[in-house]
Amino acid sequence: MQFGLTEEQEMIVSTVRSFVENEIYPHEDLVERTGEVPPDVAERIKQKTIELGFYACNFPENVGGAGLGHLEFALVERELGRGSMALNHFFGRPQNILMACKGDQIDRYLLPAVRGERMDALAMTEPGAGSDVRGMKCSAVRDGGDWVLNGTKHFISGADHADFVIVFVATGEDMTPRGPKKRITTFLVDRGTPGFTIRDGYKSVSHRGYKNMILEFDDCRLPDAQVLGEVDGGFAVMNEWLYATRITVATMCVGRARRVFDMALNYAAQREQFGQPIGKFQGVSFQIADMITEIDAADLLTLAAADRLDKGLPANREIASAKLYASEMLARVTDTAIQIHGGMGLMDDYPLERFWRDARVERIWDGTSEIQRHIISRDLLRPLGA
Amino acid sequence: MKVLVPVKRVIDYNVKVRVKADGSGVDLANVKMSMNPFDEIAVEEAIRLKEAGKAEEVVAVSIGVKQAQETLRTALAMGADRAILVVAADDVHHDIEPLAVAKILAKVVEEEQPGLILCGKQAIDNDMNATGQMLSALLGWSQGTFASELDIDGDSAVVTREVDGGLQTIKVKMPAIVTVDLRLNEPRYASLPNIMKAKKKPLDEKTADDYGVDVTPRLEIVKTSEPVARAAGIMVGSVDELVAKLKEAGAV
Ligand SMILES: Cc1cc2nc3c(=O)[nH]c(=O)nc-3n(C[C@H](O)[C@H](O)[C@H](O)COP(=O)(O)OP(=O)(O)OC[C@H]3O[C@@H](n4cnc5c(N)ncnc54)[C@H](O)[C@@H]3O)c2cc1C
Ligand SMILES: Cc1cc2nc3c(=O)[nH]c(=O)nc-3n(C[C@H](O)[C@H](O)[C@H](O)COP(=O)(O)OP(=O)(O)OC[C@H]3O[C@@H](n4cnc5c(N)ncnc54)[C@H](O)[C@@H]3O)c2cc1C
Repeated sequence: MQFGLTEEQEMIVSTVRSFVENEIYPHEDLVERTGEVPPDVAERIKQKTIELGFYACNFPENVGGAGLGHLEFALVERELGRGSMALNHFFGRPQNILMACKGDQIDRYLLPAVRGERMDALAMTEPGAGSDVRGMKCSAVRDGGDWVLNGTKHFISGADHADFVIVFVATGEDMTPRGPKKRITTFLVDRGTPGFTIRDGYKSVSHRGYKNMILEFDDCRLPDAQVLGEVDGGFAVMNEWLYATRITVATMCVGRARRVFDMALNYAAQREQFGQPIGKFQGVSFQIADMITEIDAADLLTLAAADRLDKGLPANREIASAKLYASEMLARVTDTAIQIHGGMGLMDDYPLERFWRDARVERIWDGTSEIQRHIISRDLLRPLGA
Repeated sequence: MKVLVPVKRVIDYNVKVRVKADGSGVDLANVKMSMNPFDEIAVEEAIRLKEAGKAEEVVAVSIGVKQAQETLRTALAMGADRAILVVAADDVHHDIEPLAVAKILAKVVEEEQPGLILCGKQAIDNDMNATGQMLSALLGWSQGTFASELDIDGDSAVVTREVDGGLQTIKVKMPAIVTVDLRLNEPRYASLPNIMKAKKKPLDEKTADDYGVDVTPRLEIVKTSEPVARAAGIMVGSVDELVAKLKEAGAV
């Protein structure tokens, strides 16, 4: 086991940290107030990220990415987690599921996504199928040589800016001893394809400006060339690529928690009540102690899970533990930070209430806390026959 | 032309500085350290000269503790070609004084023969503002201090200096030493490909002994103390009241 970062890793951290502080922080208030990212700001962030060679840094070098390992990428995401999700969306990290592109999909989707020319979104969730992904109703049926898609997806992040969407739909059903089980296929669908509409979704109190959209498919006709991976191979594609996004959630929680922690620490040192800094009261100082302990624990748990992926070790349970713990840690840390700020913590003159709201979604998306606990416990109990 | 850029590892400008309990100096144990911001500007300027075809090679040099290697890696990641680390102290609290630094740099210059030395006007830790000037005296080279603009014109450097009254533009013969001020440029972020390349760039390690320079401190720090805390402000209701208060305080 090896602790500590290499010089390169330290430099990656400090570069992304400075980038977030200088290029993201200054626009946060505006995004928070308006719920929109001004297009020129988005474009500037994207161009600067491309210039710095960080755009699509999660992709291998042979397709034009930077070839970062899981651990390094987790460090990048951790620092990005300090900043607004809506803004750092343009510090592009396309879905690495695009590595499943074949033939001319490589030129049409993978390479333009890595170059920052085309942006993606990923759609699994439906109004009737959240945690239970396989319960999806969205379907595609064969018609001649084509596929015809029908159904609705919701909560699709970033689809407002997407040039194409990676969509999971049911393409049949198998009978198994435990009942019918849907077969799933992944499609690449371009914005503007007839029968495909992207419309405004709900307004989330978490991450204002990072919009979630509703996708509608109404007899949307797609040729075979739009299938990503194999027909009926959607679950294989998911399992091969999607686990890594849970590390992203975990590590962003750590970055954000550290930003919030610094505010709470400084406030505790400066705010005086009863003639002394409130940090001198044990009731407050012990809260500080608990916060940093949990943040460090979540950080190490997450980096250790990423390190397992780099080493090719099984990491499903470890990633689930990291996602579960880090997102719940962030909830406690943001809540305590508000407590330490007293009444001012709740006022929107301070950014704290925002972090508190933002923290809430982390326990829900990319698999709820309950689903993570399910993954962790199944991983341990199934081998014992329970 | 080769450009030599001395860079210093100092307490990070974001860190809240704390004086050691015994008053012997600033507490640097477990504190975040970074490249002196003025030196970052010097590195940036050197890289720009290279990009503009006015310099062939940028060499960064740092004198201090072994960990200054990280500072040099940052310079390499920004775009410097190679680096020289001169280990002259084994305790971060032992600051190498400007004269010793200048003497070591003079030896490095003898070996490297740069056409231009770009350094920060001062280090933000002890604000000496002396190394560049001392080096100029030791080498007998021209100097242009507090540069807010720099142009290389044949074998001369045109330096716009930020002086108390405004700006002064001077032309100095090269080889020369230019110390840079805040407004010269805005240093770049290290790009990811350059970060990855930094490790492969050469970094030579030397010691102060290699150059035969005695780094024993000549100055005695009598006392270090916190700045006086600023008194709380007051709110005034009108311009008249403001003027009255200022008169009272003897400010107008
Ligand atoms: C802002 C936002 C952005 C999103 N972005 C995307 C996106 O880009 N793409 C995408 O595909 N999806 C996205 N999602 C969807 C997200 O992944 C789902 O919200 C999540 O998987 C939970 O599904 P659900 O909301 O339907 O809740 P449900 O699945 O209905 O869950 C409701 C409750 O039941 C619990 N529960 C469900 N099943 C079990 C079980 N077996 N055991 C114990 N408890 C259980 C859950 O833990 C939860 O507490 C986004 C969601 C949000 C809020
Ligand atoms: C929406 C809202 C409406 C309000 N309405 C009114 C109103 O109508 N009238 C009115 O008079 N006030 C009102 N208040 C003020 C409210 O009562 C105060 O916010 C509250 O008493 C806390 O004071 P504070 O916010 O200054 O926090 P502080 O007193 O500064 O507390 C900051 C933190 O330090 C901790 N702390 C302080 N002292 C100690 C100690 N000795 N030991 C351990 N921990 C300590 C606190 O528990 C807290 O976590 C309102 C506040 C809000 C947010």
